[in-house]
Amino acid sequence: MSLHKLTLCELQKQFQAGEVTATEIVRAYFLRIGHVEPKVKAFVTQAKESAFMEAEVLDRKLKGWRKTLPLTGMPLAIKDNICTEGISTTCSSRMLQNFVPPHDATVIAKLRAQEYILLGKTNLDEFAMGSSTENSAFGPSRNPWNLHCVPGGSSGGSAAAVAAEECVAALGSDTGGSIRQPAAFCGVVGLKPTYGRVSRYGLVAFASSLDQIGPITRDVSDSAFLLQAIAGHDPMDSTSVDRPVPDYMKALQKRDLKTVKVGVPVEFFAEGLDLDVEQSVRAAIGELKQLGAEIKEIRLPRTDAAVAVYYVIATAEASSNLARFDGVKFGFRAKETKDLLDLYMKTRQEGFGPEVKRRIMLGTYVLSAGYYDAYYGKAQAVRTLVCQDFDAAFKEVDLIVTPATPTPAFKLGEKSEDPLQMYLSDIFTISVNLAGLPAIALPCGFSKEGLPIGLQLIGRAFEEETILRAAHAYEQSTQWHLKKPTIR
Amino acid sequence: MEITQQDVEKVAQLARLAVSAAEKETFAKQLTQILGHVDTLSQYDTTGIEPTATVMGHVNVFREDLVRPSLSSEKALANAPEREVDGFVVPKILEER
Amino acid sequence: MIFETVIGVEVHAQLRTNSKMFCGCGTTFGLSANSQTCPICLGLPGSLPVINRMAVEMAVRAGLALNCTIAANNQFARKHYFYPDLPKGYQISQYESPICEHGWIEVRDSGGGIKRIRIRRAHLEEDAGKNIHETGTSGSQVDLNRAGTPLLEIVTEPDMHSAEEVVAYLKGLREILMYLDVCDGNMEEGSFRCEPNLSLRPSGQQEFGTKVELKNINSFKYVKDAVEYEIRRQTKVLTEGGKIRQETRLWNIERGETAVMRSKEEAHDYRYFPDPDLVPLKLDQAWIDGFRSCLPELPAVRTKRFVSDYGLPEYDATILTASKGMADYFEACAAQFPQPKIVSNWVMGELMRELNNSGTDIAVSPITPERLVSLLQLVDRGTLSLKAAREIFPELYGSGKTPEQIVQEKGLTQVSDEGALEQIIAEVLSKNPAQVAQFKEGKQQVLGFLVGQVMKTSGGKANPGKVNELLRKKLG
Repeated sequence: MSLHKLTLCELQKQFQAGEVTATEIVRAYFLRIGHVEPKVKAFVTQAKESAFMEAEVLDRKLKGWRKTLPLTGMPLAIKDNICTEGISTTCSSRMLQNFVPPHDATVIAKLRAQEYILLGKTNLDEFAMGSSTENSAFGPSRNPWNLHCVPGGSSGGSAAAVAAEECVAALGSDTGGSIRQPAAFCGVVGLKPTYGRVSRYGLVAFASSLDQIGPITRDVSDSAFLLQAIAGHDPMDSTSVDRPVPDYMKALQKRDLKTVKVGVPVEFFAEGLDLDVEQSVRAAIGELKQLGAEIKEIRLPRTDAAVAVYYVIATAEASSNLARFDGVKFGFRAKETKDLLDLYMKTRQEGFGPEVKRRIMLGTYVLSAGYYDAYYGKAQAVRTLVCQDFDAAFKEVDLIVTPATPTPAFKLGEKSEDPLQMYLSDIFTISVNLAGLPAIALPCGFSKEGLPIGLQLIGRAFEEETILRAAHAYEQSTQWHLKKPTIR
Repeated sequence: MEITQQDVEKVAQLARLAVSAAEKETFAKQLTQILGHVDTLSQYDTTGIEPTATVMGHVNVFREDLVRPSLSSEKALANAPEREVDGFVVPKILEER
Repeated sequence: MIFETVIGVEVHAQLRTNSKMFCGCGTTFGLSANSQTCPICLGLPGSLPVINRMAVEMAVRAGLALNCTIAANNQFARKHYFYPDLPKGYQISQYESPICEHGWIEVRDSGGGIKRIRIRRAHLEEDAGKNIHETGTSGSQVDLNRAGTPLLEIVTEPDMHSAEEVVAYLKGLREILMYLDVCDGNMEEGSFRCEPNLSLRPSGQQEFGTKVELKNINSFKYVKDAVEYEIRRQTKVLTEGGKIRQETRLWNIERGETAVMRSKEEAHDYRYFPDPDLVPLKLDQAWIDGFRSCLPELPAVRTKRFVSDYGLPEYDATILTASKGMADYFEACAAQFPQPKIVSNWVMGELMRELNNSGTDIAVSPITPERLVSLLQLVDRGTLSLKAAREIFPELYGSGKTPEQIVQEKGLTQVSDEGALEQIIAEVLSKNPAQVAQFKEGKQQVLGFLVGQVMKTSGGKANPGKVNELLRKKLG
């Protein structure tokens, strides 16, 4: 079997057993990238040279004394809004086209310490703002299942790269669904950890109170394995939480769901839900029941408010986080400006794409004098209500099951003209970020057109084990994750 | 709430974002539409509800007052669009803050 | 018409932490540009702030010393504006919940009475970098070494009415902060920056006039000059029927006048909101009380104690307690040499002169309290003359030798031995029979001449007190 077909856990086993060298792995992957990347366009930057160098160093070292770490030699792709020292980090923006960070994100430092190999940096909607990667300054990525469809976003490049087997696994970031939605669209597994579980240091901030880094993988075991590598308290991130990291792989050992109460929120099965999606998700719920789970209808009455709350809070924070892109210390600077004000105005006009500008405008507006209370204050208060909904639900159930997205992947260009429609399509994922909860998206079927459909499992804060266990039990009793796209 | 092109202009100035005439029109329309949706939040009674700024509720995160190595000025300036010796260069600042 | 001046003051005091407010970069002044920066204080994408515990502690201690209420709940907010020395496009500051509120300090007013100046709030924030404008170049340069240094911004109520009061307040505040060791008080290096704001109103009127802010003032003298200038300027404008514009004015040192820096018309919209990268601070009352119980004795209290315990004149007490270092030094000496006024004279006189000349802080004075005491004891015992002690002081200061060593080397030991002195006196009396006769006729003044002759003959080593005594005996 070709190396690129193996999951992370499988490849890791072969490598640890000495059956394959790091150089062989890297060679296999760049061969694969060479074949499919022209169609998929998952990467912004390929780190071919450094990957081969790192592989060689590893192989040489291991020849002497075979001492490996969990991720030694594992070829990963990283979303290009996570800082990598010495390797450009663009956020798929013209603004950062030539930016080479002098610092590693904490997750990267952790991966490096475990001797992973960076294959490249993956495409995203500019500054992670979008649901399709169409907002990338470097052009959209494609869905490996249908090249006319979007891979989702904003971590579309990472999800597409995993689905197209251009890397064994990847990291994405999730602010309103940016890991789970592309994972669902591309038929792979995407996990958004609890807010504070994984350090945000070095993740270029979109909305600081919502952003979280997480794994995008081929199956649930890989997800648990990669989460293990990146989770944990970081003194460099005040919002990261200091509590022990459990053994996630161990959580997978339990194969049934007896004693697990699963809530089905009625609000998520309302009008606008694609028929194929509804059927697949209902079938999946039946499967969970088969596995022993107790299924219970629940209510999350403030679900409708989530999109509005999200677009106030996320854009307000974004308008602030993006103020530093001013053409002074790093990044793009407009040419031929007549004075300082002109330099700011033009740099930001030319450096940012339309979606980013729209959100900066919206965020600046809701924070400006006279509107703060009506918009930002109100949104924060309703955010509390959304959290209360989840608190109440989790008194009754252990996890919540929903569709990950209202529809399967849409066509390129289909929604890019209507921002509000695009925003509303995030409805199933957004409230999870508002409440800071962990959630996983995993394949649960295909549409008539052959596009993947994603199931979302939401857990209590810091109970990644529960959602991983349930996802794993479901995955083991189905075959969806074994289907692979034919890229054409 | 109707967002006018004048509103757009004012906000764009605050955000230091030059906008073309066409952008002004589009943004005015889109922001009106989006904020129209946001206005649906008024149906939720939030009297006495504490706003949520951070979700995990932990407090008092500090670092100790220890000096750690800084970047070399060479590294600090490596990404500068324009520099001179050890400084970032900007057009002459005429007005003090 | 008679106008009343109303003045409030904003002070930005740099806290004396080792590292910056939100990152581990140092806070040293005067390093080469951009050599004290990191991804966090450069505002690079992805970097995150973490609060320096010491900065919070220093702010709490300052707040307690300024009689403020310390807020149990603290939240940092982002204050947005674009400027090259502000790397993130916002400054992390405190807006709705300043760490210290509703305090006051007492200062002496011009009439010698006590005046209380209320402090509205004091909050923590990070400093900006520096823009450098060199003439003759096309651009400005930005140095971010200072960016992120912790500041305590201390804002008074509009309680002052004259330049003297402003200066008295600022001196009092600066002393307190230096006593607490939370600020080095260096005005030239910008560790203690004063921005008075000032308005005039017709006497008796309740509502305030239009406020003007003054900046770029880096010494107490300039504070006084700038405030006085501004009072004159505004009085003139108002008397001539003009209007004061709300604006910020810079003090121009060369021209000795203030000039418009920017007018408030394009008022800023700072778009404050709670910084989502930082979690709230909840300060425990017991923790705050812990700092309260170990506050050092503050200058005003210490001055009073110096008068009552040491019997010093108020003038001496005020000068000695103006800096904690000097007051500590004085007390260390006074403990071993219980003649406080003599210690005070030496500390304020000889010692200060040497320290000032060499620009040395008293804390690292080469003459330790122990050495000064041994010098004073030599004089007290009569081993060394007062004059000789003064003469050797510079050497004592500069050489690192003990007073005894110097006295030995120079052979300055005073002659108090009666036998030796009587010999010299006999010699002098025999050489000056005319003067002796005059004295005996009742011309007392001649004694001074004779003492001088004895001193001269002894090479200055004779103990003048003893000489006096012996001469009187001899002639009497």
